[in-house]
Amino acid sequence: MTSPLQQKIKITGPSVVTANRTWDGVVIYRTASKGWSTDLSEAAIVRAADEARALLAESIADDVGAVGAYIAPVEIRDTGEIEPGNLREQIRSEGVTIDLPVPA
Amino acid sequence: MYAYDEIDRTLINERVSEFRDQVKRRLSGELTEDEFKSLRLMNGVYLQLHAYMFRVAIPYGTLSSEQMRRLAHVARRYDRGYGHFTTRQNIQFNWIKLAELPDALADLAEVGIHAMQTSGNCTRNITADQWAGVAPGEIEDPRIWAELLRQYSTLHPEFSFLPRKFKFAITASEHDRAAIKVHDIGLRLHKNAEGETGFEVLVGGGLGRTPFIGKTIKPFVPGRDLLSYVEAILRVYNQYGRRDNIYKARIKILVHELGIEKFAQEVEDEWLQMRDSALTLDDTVVEDIRSRFTYPAYEKLPHMPDELKKAAHDPHFEAWRKNSVAPHKVPGYAIVTLSLKPVGGPPGDATADQMDAIADLADKYSFGEIRVGHEQNLALPHVARSDLPALWRALDKIGVATPNVNLVTDIIACPGLDYCALANARSIPIAQELTRRFANHDTANLIGRLHINISGCINACGHHHVGHIGILGVEKNGEEFYQITIGGRADENAAVGTLIGPAVPYGEVADVVEDIVEAYLALRARPDELFIDTVKRLGVEPFRERVYATR
Repeated sequence: MTSPLQQKIKITGPSVVTANRTWDGVVIYRTASKGWSTDLSEAAIVRAADEARALLAESIADDVGAVGAYIAPVEIRDTGEIEPGNLREQIRSEGVTIDLPVPA
Repeated sequence: MYAYDEIDRTLINERVSEFRDQVKRRLSGELTEDEFKSLRLMNGVYLQLHAYMFRVAIPYGTLSSEQMRRLAHVARRYDRGYGHFTTRQNIQFNWIKLAELPDALADLAEVGIHAMQTSGNCTRNITADQWAGVAPGEIEDPRIWAELLRQYSTLHPEFSFLPRKFKFAITASEHDRAAIKVHDIGLRLHKNAEGETGFEVLVGGGLGRTPFIGKTIKPFVPGRDLLSYVEAILRVYNQYGRRDNIYKARIKILVHELGIEKFAQEVEDEWLQMRDSALTLDDTVVEDIRSRFTYPAYEKLPHMPDELKKAAHDPHFEAWRKNSVAPHKVPGYAIVTLSLKPVGGPPGDATADQMDAIADLADKYSFGEIRVGHEQNLALPHVARSDLPALWRALDKIGVATPNVNLVTDIIACPGLDYCALANARSIPIAQELTRRFANHDTANLIGRLHINISGCINACGHHHVGHIGILGVEKNGEEFYQITIGGRADENAAVGTLIGPAVPYGEVADVVEDIVEAYLALRARPDELFIDTVKRLGVEPFRERVYATR
């Protein structure tokens, strides 16, 4: 399988690197301090392909802590708030769009 | 029920120990994700959007009450209190933690459940008619042969790394409830002119990106030759299957590209070399498997007991009985389908509390046995007809007596974009909206048998190609759109549906389905002409006109 780093990286706007935490699968975001957070607001934002590639490379290097890292689009509100850039990422960030059979 | 022997129990327990060690090494960093991925997949562990997903096999759709309680336990202790029954007689847990998976597997192993070969490029869970062993007119219980295939294919070294996944389904009834024509190998038990029992073997069926209806490769294979013939097919596939292109790697593509005659000849040549080998099943082997299936000690009971006569005055009971109760091969008994399709609910989901309650009801009313069907409903296979009123009241209390089996709200749906990493669009909210639109039972009854199938991507886990109305989610410029097909079916007359026109946005899907149903009601020749028959008679054009005239 082709490594994400071998694929052409093309971003059209602000982006983050996201993955799933290895031990429990929870959605996580790469932070500017080279760590991971479950909170999208703490994600490192990249705006250019080179930046994205570097952030992805350091994320993938943490193979123990995270799995399946990739670049995902976000939107930055005027207030500075970071929001998921598409429905898939919105669902990953905020949860399923339906009521769970057993309320959390 | 089939009772596992010491070999099965040892195998399952050893697999738990192996996987525990593999998880430990993964979490310590000794194994990379690349190294670990194939190992977790061999144990049914996927990585989805929010978490790991754990797929557990329910071979030929048969569960004991004890096993159902253990599934409830796993849902409650390791997940979020529910599970999702799939179109391949598996159950999936959506929120499992990798670190806890070995414990979950160990708990399941105690009752003979495992997740082996529920993923990966190997032979998957062997599925069967969920009414196997109890359906009137059945040739014989197909689960005996499904169990033989399960034992034969479990950890088979030659077929653990096939070009792509490989799925068997088996039935022994005229009416196909196992969707055998859309499986890699479909098996139909029947008797030849000499009265001998054997199999019609179909090959190359499948849905996904490129749907094909399976073709009969051999009209009759005697039971003793089943394994050698199946192995010949797998060998030809293993040799010629496309490993260079994942989208062309399924056996259906090979059968299509070679042509069924050429493929059949290749199989025949291979088979002739191995037909009379160690794979030939002598009667003692088959009888040994047969002897490990136990059947209830049925009593002689009346067909129309007083309890049933009395309950017939209750229209709610009657609506449920007519819809959910099927004839049993033993007089005085019935097969009861439990609908996992409540109005507004996710199709196929059951909570841990429901699973526990169903297990208790199975003990009380069905000799402790439960079945799982590919339509994502459950069944109690051995219910005394005198118990039907009491059972109905109990099922109604726990929300699994919606009288909609085979009706428009009995929707098959994959998890879709709410859970699945492959999905392009959501399936569950579409299904929920449709169940609300058609919630009125009288309306649904008026419409009659109508199967809606929804998939959130081209991989077709919701079997949309073979829905009477099929709905496929696609993504267009970041928005969810849905292609609508009509005329598909998954039974003995299996067919792939025809696209009716351009994809419609998320918000219009339910309106479109309503338009299609209204067109059907206006066009059907008689009140008992089923939707699928009207489409067959008239084609898609009248439906296309109705849907797109104002869009």
